[in-house]
Amino acid sequence: MSALEFVNVSKSFGDVNALNNFTIALEQGELVSLLGPSGCGKTTALRIAAGFETSDTGSILLGSTNIISLPAHQRRMGMVFQSYSLFPHLNIRDNVAFGLKVRGVPGDVRKKRAGEMLDLVRLSDLGHRMPHQISGGQQQRVALARALATEPHVLLLDEPLSALDAKIRVEVRDEIRRLNRDLGVTTMFVTHDQDEAMSISDRICVMNNGVIEQIGSPRDVYNNPATSFVAHFVGSINSLPRGNTRVLIRPENLVLATHGEIAQWRGAVTDITFVGAFTKISVVLDNDKSSVSVLAISSQIDHNIAIGKNIGINEEIR
Amino acid sequence: MALTGISSLGQSDPKGGSHTRTPLQRFQLPVKFKPIGLIPFFGFVGLFLVWPAISLFRLAIQPTKNSDISAMREAITGDYLDSFIYTIKLSLLTALLGVLLGSLLAASVLRIERPRWFRNFMTSFAGVAANLGGIPLAFAFIAALGTQGLITKMIDYFGINLSDAGFRISNFAGITIVYLYFQIPLMFLIMVPAFNGLRASWSEAAASLGAAPWQYWRYVGLPLLTPALLGGFLLLFSNAFSAYATAYALSSGGARLVPVQIRFFLQGNTITGKDNLGYALAAWMIIIMLITMTGYLFVRRRAEKWQQ
Repeated sequence: MSALEFVNVSKSFGDVNALNNFTIALEQGELVSLLGPSGCGKTTALRIAAGFETSDTGSILLGSTNIISLPAHQRRMGMVFQSYSLFPHLNIRDNVAFGLKVRGVPGDVRKKRAGEMLDLVRLSDLGHRMPHQISGGQQQRVALARALATEPHVLLLDEPLSALDAKIRVEVRDEIRRLNRDLGVTTMFVTHDQDEAMSISDRICVMNNGVIEQIGSPRDVYNNPATSFVAHFVGSINSLPRGNTRVLIRPENLVLATHGEIAQWRGAVTDITFVGAFTKISVVLDNDKSSVSVLAISSQIDHNIAIGKNIGINEEIR
Repeated sequence: MALTGISSLGQSDPKGGSHTRTPLQRFQLPVKFKPIGLIPFFGFVGLFLVWPAISLFRLAIQPTKNSDISAMREAITGDYLDSFIYTIKLSLLTALLGVLLGSLLAASVLRIERPRWFRNFMTSFAGVAANLGGIPLAFAFIAALGTQGLITKMIDYFGINLSDAGFRISNFAGITIVYLYFQIPLMFLIMVPAFNGLRASWSEAAASLGAAPWQYWRYVGLPLLTPALLGGFLLLFSNAFSAYATAYALSSGGARLVPVQIRFFLQGNTITGKDNLGYALAAWMIIIMLITMTGYLFVRRRAEKWQQ
């Protein structure tokens, strides 16, 4: 039995089909990302699970119970928002204890539990501060502690890292992954950022136009994309001519032809971008003028390569 | 060296570099002369607030003719005391009802999303109604709810006689209804931005944490709205407390409101030798407003603790 299951959930806003027969099952303790461009329906799916949005058809099963008609406050879903959404008039401890307070948990138990939750996100010495007195990353960790304090059935995360800067984003991301593993809480994570989805998820559900394009492990989605949309959306990909068709090959699966070697494709270098261990070489193919990028190991690049120079490209044989 | 040059160029001066100054900022006085800029403000306060108040209180503490107690004491006895109680009761009641009904109106209008023009229409209407007062408003209500008013006659047709029921447009209930005509829209205008300041994700966060709608309002919504509610209450109270023309016109000068009493003294329409009783009434009005304001600041500071 799954921890959380969407069965044929559909939702339209006017003429727009936000979600079309959305069906997915999350196993207990699993972290599943809903990944897709804005407007693909990922947030709508999350909000339907939380009870903030009604669905036109379908059901949502929590264990074996259909919760589709239950109001949001009876669903026991922990929710974390992009904008942190801590209550600005309550200090950090009272924010974390809020869910226990409305459930009628006595004051001393609340305080103890809030302290434990703050320990869990390593912010135990900030309990007396007000939300505006701590940083964005800390606020989001408090929001996580607040959502987890009531031991929710499922943790729902709506683009929780989008408002954070790059370094803090990685920290909070790792924090989410750690909490998911340590507490074994089933987690649904909405993001438009493929790197985020890749690094955090047990499984990724790639969505487009309200429809699931593919569900699979990050490795699976990246290496065996089910559709052209998935191939283009997850990671970068080149479309190269081969005979009368085109093939899709990732930049790291292309290699530069060595001197004298027969090349499958030839083109002129338009740009060279050094990104540390790797260097991205952009090429315009001679025969159909399509743009292609090759990701090569920096230390193995021929130093004679320069912008404007004609080079050969081959698919890497593995 | 080159790097430090670049970084100093790239960093923006938090107080605004010379290239971002407005023309006004470019002509800045040296620091020690900066207080000079406050002269117009203090001049204004002194001329129009402090000096009139001092001369008012100076006249108010002198005894009236044939009396050995100061006018200030005399102004809180007998009919004058009744006037103060009447005015404060009217102001409190219309402020409380205005806060309650204006907030409910704002909350319900904000829930209506279509037609789109409706919200703007209501805001514009409230802007007009909140500023409509005095003789025109009194006349409108006399024409509607006066003894010969249109609505009075219409209700009479159905067998309900307002006069028999004890209702007069000039008595306490009547003035309360007329005052609510501008008090409710004024509160509406205060509460629309306050409600808009409540983020949807706060109520969603509360719901996901298990809070029923009433618990959200009890523990999140109301505490966050408290400063606006208190500020609105004070504004409505002072609005009603100092309103004069409306009540005067409604009652043809007979209303027992303090501002109407002061008018009698201004007109010299009173017992000779009692002129400074008018000053004393005005002085008491200032004192009551100061007490209200201080109380408000105290409560507001507690309500806004989280913002500091």
